[in-house]
Amino acid sequence: MTAAAAPLADDLRLLYQEIILDHGKSPRNFRVVEHHTCKAQGNNPMCGDRVTVTARVSPAGLVEDVAFEGKGCAISIASASMMTETLSGQPVEIARKLSAAVQDLCTGRLETDQAKAAVGGALDDGVEKLAALSGVRQFPVRVKCATLPWHALMSCLDGKGQTTTEK
Amino acid sequence: MNKPFTKSPQTASAFDVMKVRADFPILAREVHGKPLVYLDSAASAQKPRQVIDAITRAYGHDYANVHRGAYYLSETATAAYEAAREKVRGFINAGDVREIVFTKGATEAINLVAAAWGRAFIKAGDEIVITAVEHHSNIVPWQLLRDATGCILKIAPVEPDGSIDLNKFAAAVGPKTKLIAIAHVSNVLGTVLPVAAIADMAHAVGAKLLLDGCQGIVHEAVDVQTLGCDFYVFSGHKLYGPTGIGILWARHELLEAMPPYQGGGDMIDSVTFAKTTWAPPPAKFEAGTPPIVQAIGLGAAIDYLNTLDREAVSAHEHALLRHAMTSLAQIPGLKLIGTAPGKASVQSFVMDGAHPHDLATVLDRSGVCVRAGHHCAQPLMEILGVSATTRASFALYNTMAEVDALVTALRRAQEVLL
Ligand SMILES: Cc1ncc(COP(=O)(O)O)c(C=O)c1O
Repeated sequence: MTAAAAPLADDLRLLYQEIILDHGKSPRNFRVVEHHTCKAQGNNPMCGDRVTVTARVSPAGLVEDVAFEGKGCAISIASASMMTETLSGQPVEIARKLSAAVQDLCTGRLETDQAKAAVGGALDDGVEKLAALSGVRQFPVRVKCATLPWHALMSCLDGKGQTTTEK
Repeated sequence: MNKPFTKSPQTASAFDVMKVRADFPILAREVHGKPLVYLDSAASAQKPRQVIDAITRAYGHDYANVHRGAYYLSETATAAYEAAREKVRGFINAGDVREIVFTKGATEAINLVAAAWGRAFIKAGDEIVITAVEHHSNIVPWQLLRDATGCILKIAPVEPDGSIDLNKFAAAVGPKTKLIAIAHVSNVLGTVLPVAAIADMAHAVGAKLLLDGCQGIVHEAVDVQTLGCDFYVFSGHKLYGPTGIGILWARHELLEAMPPYQGGGDMIDSVTFAKTTWAPPPAKFEAGTPPIVQAIGLGAAIDYLNTLDREAVSAHEHALLRHAMTSLAQIPGLKLIGTAPGKASVQSFVMDGAHPHDLATVLDRSGVCVRAGHHCAQPLMEILGVSATTRASFALYNTMAEVDALVTALRRAQEVLL
């Protein structure tokens, strides 16, 4: 086929970076957390994608373990996978800050360095990695794919069982 | 799909797709610097210049409210609105123009039947049969009716290839069945449902048959008098007409027996605070100022389709579908969803390792518009064991080259995503 001849649009290359495809195909922490203390499902009613986040939070407010299961596109699965990888062992406070920062990265309100600062410098490597999600800025309908797992995480930590991208 | 189109004026003039394309201004535009390849007409079709012009003329020259003013403009607007009703009547060969009710779309038409006919004639324990392939708009109104009346909703199954097994369908129908409500053609699978046989089943037990004709009327000539249904609904925007207009067809006796759907202006005979009497159908079901220009636009779409040989259109769409099915099946890891014999030109598929949303995003950058998701048929997705599919639908203005563009774009998407 002649398909290979056509150059790939830059914004597509930005969206589907190696790290996104890698996490999308081989998600980390794709399971249910044993003895989880909270659980929440996130739905995207537009496409029917759903992710379920489970976490075990210690009495001291540490996210000891966090994992996810679900069905979704490469963007939402990669986002969930990187989320769990970054947040394991972090305080709930940091998780909340990171969640807000990632959403701002995806919509273009924050650049990577600003996002690092917003999380207080505690997770610079994690933010660097998650910044790969900011490729969705050029694809407005896909922003919700990237933020869905984070909505679910927030519901999970807030003790709400359900969330949806249509708020 | 093999019913002859009895109303075509001349015998088969060869179908000239390039000539048809020239009638659709949007098809000349580019998307992301690539020629537009619009393969989502099952969601909403593009509009020919004739429809756009009719709408512009109606607003620019002939506009006033209908059924009200005793002045020239209101009379011409009313005449144009009512002429559109007559065009719809002719298009579906209804016996009486009073059987054509304008709604804002198929969804509202189904809700109208559920609310007006359903509340009057459905009791606790009565059964309504739908199929597993239905669009949410032919599921949820019946669930609302079930919750309001205590009736029972039964689901006739779908086969793995997307076809409907009539024996299994018959098992869902019984003496308590009061209504069968099914798609004429599935918007996900393209299956043409065996309507005639199901109409016989319905009438054998004294039930009514509602056909959701959203996709059916687009792909074949519809004659409501021979289809065997009691209600037929469709949306104008999938039939190359404007949004905001749809049709409910029902036999006059049924409309007469039904209470109103909404109350307001235009649907009354006389109003006093003690008692209000209804206008006769169709006005009884058209409360408030109707979608006047949208109806006129739908009339223009029907005029446009009547200039084409619809058998030739159907043959063209089937040729596109055959080409698409053959070429798509050659893409490694691609699985066609919906392969029932005689199906219409709507093709869903899934691809190993590539989620429909990612595919649609990459395809869009090649100018190719396809639908990705659950297509408002989540129960069907669950039965098929997928969370979403990608769907390409082929309309009268699509070309073989566009099918090839889809295939090329899909192979490219595999390079990006796999
Ligand atoms: C089979 C079917 N039924 C119902 C509908 C609903 O039509 P509308 O949204 O125009 O009311 C659609 C459109 O998506 C459809 O394809």
